[in-house]
Amino acid sequence: MNPAIQALLTIAIGVGGCIGYFYLANVVLDRVLFPASGPNAGRNINRANMVRPWLFLLPAIMALGLYLTYPVFQTAWLSLTQDAAGGERVFVGLANYAQMGSEAKFWESMRNNMLWLIVVPAAATAFGLLAAQLTDRIRWGNIAKSLIFMPMAISFVGASVIWKLIYESRPADVAQIGLLNAVWLRFEGGVWSTVFLRLLPALLLAGFAAAVLWMGWIIARPLARGAARGIAAVARAGGGVIAALIGATALLWAFGALTATLPYGTPRQWLTIPFWNNFFLMAVLVWIQTGFAMVILSAALRGVPEDTVEAAIIDGANPFQIFFQVKIPQIMGTIVVVWTTITITVLKVFDIVLAMTNGQFETQVLANYMYDKLFRANDWGVGSAAAMIIMLLVTPILVWNVWTVRREMR
Amino acid sequence: MDNVVGQKSGLMWAVHIATALLVLLWVIPTVGLLVSSFRTGDQITSSGWWRALSAQEQQLSPIRIEGDEVERDGAFVIEGNLFGGATAVSAWGTNVNRPTEFAPGDTADLGDGRTLTVQEDGSFVLSAPVTWEGGRLPRVFTTATTAPEFTTENYRNVLLSPLAGQTVFQAFLNTATVAIPATIIPILIAAFAAYALAWMEFPGRALLVAAVVGLLVVPLQLALIPLLQFHNWIGIGKGYLGIWLAHTGFGLPLAIYLLRNYMVGLPRDIIENAKVDGATDFQIFVRIILPLSFPALASFAIFQFLWTWNDLLVALVFLGTGNDQQVLTGNLVNLMGSRGGDWEILSASAFVSIIVPLLVFFAMQRYLVRGLLAGSVK
Repeated sequence: MNPAIQALLTIAIGVGGCIGYFYLANVVLDRVLFPASGPNAGRNINRANMVRPWLFLLPAIMALGLYLTYPVFQTAWLSLTQDAAGGERVFVGLANYAQMGSEAKFWESMRNNMLWLIVVPAAATAFGLLAAQLTDRIRWGNIAKSLIFMPMAISFVGASVIWKLIYESRPADVAQIGLLNAVWLRFEGGVWSTVFLRLLPALLLAGFAAAVLWMGWIIARPLARGAARGIAAVARAGGGVIAALIGATALLWAFGALTATLPYGTPRQWLTIPFWNNFFLMAVLVWIQTGFAMVILSAALRGVPEDTVEAAIIDGANPFQIFFQVKIPQIMGTIVVVWTTITITVLKVFDIVLAMTNGQFETQVLANYMYDKLFRANDWGVGSAAAMIIMLLVTPILVWNVWTVRREMR
Repeated sequence: MDNVVGQKSGLMWAVHIATALLVLLWVIPTVGLLVSSFRTGDQITSSGWWRALSAQEQQLSPIRIEGDEVERDGAFVIEGNLFGGATAVSAWGTNVNRPTEFAPGDTADLGDGRTLTVQEDGSFVLSAPVTWEGGRLPRVFTTATTAPEFTTENYRNVLLSPLAGQTVFQAFLNTATVAIPATIIPILIAAFAAYALAWMEFPGRALLVAAVVGLLVVPLQLALIPLLQFHNWIGIGKGYLGIWLAHTGFGLPLAIYLLRNYMVGLPRDIIENAKVDGATDFQIFVRIILPLSFPALASFAIFQFLWTWNDLLVALVFLGTGNDQQVLTGNLVNLMGSRGGDWEILSASAFVSIIVPLLVFFAMQRYLVRGLLAGSVK
C-alpha cells in the first residue's frame, strides 16, 4: 500500500476513534443509562450530570495518570533496582546513584548543565528584553519580531545543522566555508581585534557581572536591614552567595578576555575546544529561545502603565533610568516566568548535544547522559537515576507553579 | 515611549541600526543553510555561501576528455570544449599532483608525441601520432572562474534517493503520520477535559487543576522506560499507535491548561442561557464552547504540531530506529553522522524538515503568540 494512503488511513482511524468515544459515551449516558424521559426523568438528568464531568475527564485523567504520573514513580523505583539474572529486577538501594556519582561523565554533565542553566536563560532573557525594547519603538518592529521569533519553529536538530555549518572548520590553506572561522581569520591582532575580541567581550562580561551582583544585592538587601527571618533569610543568603560567586567568576573571565593570548590566523575546530565548546552549543538554544522571551516580554513592556513612565520623564529620568528603574521592576514577574520556562527547556536539552557533539569533547549534559545510559548502555538503573536528578532539579519550579495556581484559585 | 511628553528621542537612528544588526544576527544562520542548499557540492566546499552571488574561481572536479577522433595531417585529433557554459579557465593540468601546471593556451606534452592544448574558454585540442582507440583518454584538472549558479538538484537528490536507509520523502511522510494525529487527538481529549474543569461543578476540581499545572513541568525523560515497558506489556510495542499515545500524554497538561484558562473567560450568560433552553452539556460544548474557543484551540494546535514535528527523542524511543521508521529529525541526525561533510545533502535535508514548521509559523504566528501569552503570563 502506498505509504501516503496508509498514513491518511491511520490518521482517520486514530482521530475517528477519539471522536467516537466522546459521542457514543454521551449517547449511552443520555439514552441508555439515565434516559431523560419516563417516570424518573428528573432524577436521571441529575445523575447523568453527576457522571458527565468524569466522562469528559476520563481520557485526560487516564492519559495524564498513565503517561506522566505513573512513570515518575516507576522511574523512581527503577532507579533503586538493578538487572538480575532471569530478567528480574532486584532492589539495590542507592547503589545506582553511588555508581553514577563515581562516574566522571556524570559530574561533567552536572557541571555543563549548571553552565547551561546560568547562561542560556540569562542570555535568552537579556536578548529578548533588548529585542522587545528595540522593536517596540520602530515602525518595522513587527517584521523584525517575526524574524527573531522564527527560530522557534525550527527543530533543535535543524538548528544544529544550521549552526554546524557556521562552526565548520577547514584546513588553513583552503577556503573556509564556516562563517565563524571566516570571520575569525579576518582578525590578525590589530586594533580591531583588540576592540572586538578583547574589549567587547570584557565589557559584556563585566556588564553581566554587574547585573548579577546587583540582583544578588537586591536578594540579600533585606538581610542587611534585618527584615528577613527563618527560611527566607537562609534562602536570601544562599541566593546572595550564589549571585556573588557567579558575578565574581564573570569578572575573572572579563579580566581573562583582556589578557588571554589568542591563536590568530589558524582556523579553529570550535566544537572540540574543551569547556568553550559548551558555549557554542548554548548559542544554538539562545538563538531559538530569544524569540520566545522577546514576545512575552514585549507584551509585558506594553502593559506597563503609561503614567508611571510619564511621571518618571517629568521627574527628569533619562531613558536608561526609565528602563531599568521604572519598567523592569514592573515586569519582574514576567521576567521570572520567562526565566523559569527557559530553565525547564534547558534541563531537558538533548537534541542539540546529540546532533552536534553527542557529548564528546566534554560537552555531555544530563539528558543526553541519561539517553546514553538507557538506550546505548542499556543500564536502566543508572539511566533512571539520572532521570530522577532531572526531576529533582525541576521540582522547585513544579512546587512553585502549583503553589501559585492554588493561591490564584482561592 | 520617550516621546510621551512631546519630545522625540534623537537616538532613533541608533535604535534602527541596533535592531537591524540583531535581526541580521538572527537570520543569517538560516540564510546560510538555505543558500547552501541551492549550491552544488563543489561550490559549497570551494567557497563560503556568502560568496554565492559572485563569480568565483575554484578548482573543478577532473573532467575526462571525450569526443570524436579525427585523423588530420597524419595525427589523430580530438577537439571539443570541456564545459557547456560560461566558464573561464585560469589554470589547468593533467596530473593530479600539479593541477595548475599550465596557463590557458599552453600545450602540454603527454609523452609519446601526444599533446593537449586547453584554451581559456575551455576548448581543447588533443593530438596524438597513434589512435586513442581502446585506451583511456586523459583527464584534465582545471581551475576556472564560474558564473554564480544555483541548482535544485540537491533537493531532487535527497527526496528521491535513499541516503540514510530511506528517502527524505519517506521520512517526511513518517513525520506527518506522527505529527498530525498527535496534534488532533490531544486537542479533542483536552477540550472536553478543559470544559469539565472550567464549567462543570464536581468535587476535586481544584485539585485536578493544580495537578495539571504540576504535570506541566514533569520532564518527559522520566516517562521513556516505564512507557516502553507498558507498551510492550499491552502488546503495541514500538509503532505509530505508541508514539501517538505518548505525544498525547506529554501534550495534554499544556493543552488542558491553555484551553481551561481560555474557556473560564467565556461569558457565563451564554452558557446559562443555553442550559435554560434545555441544552445538554454535550450540546453546549459542541455548539457553543468549541466554536468560541477557536483561538485557543488554534494556539495549542500550533504548539503541539511544531513540537511533534520537531521532536527527536520521543520518535527515537517510541517509533523504533528501523530504516523505514525514521522521522525527519532522526533521519537528519543519521545523515549528520554518516554524511557529516556533505553539506549539499545535509542542507537540503534540513530544509525539507524545516519548511513545514516555518510555513505553519508564518501563516499562524498570531495564534502562536496568543498561545504563548496565555500559557506563561499570569
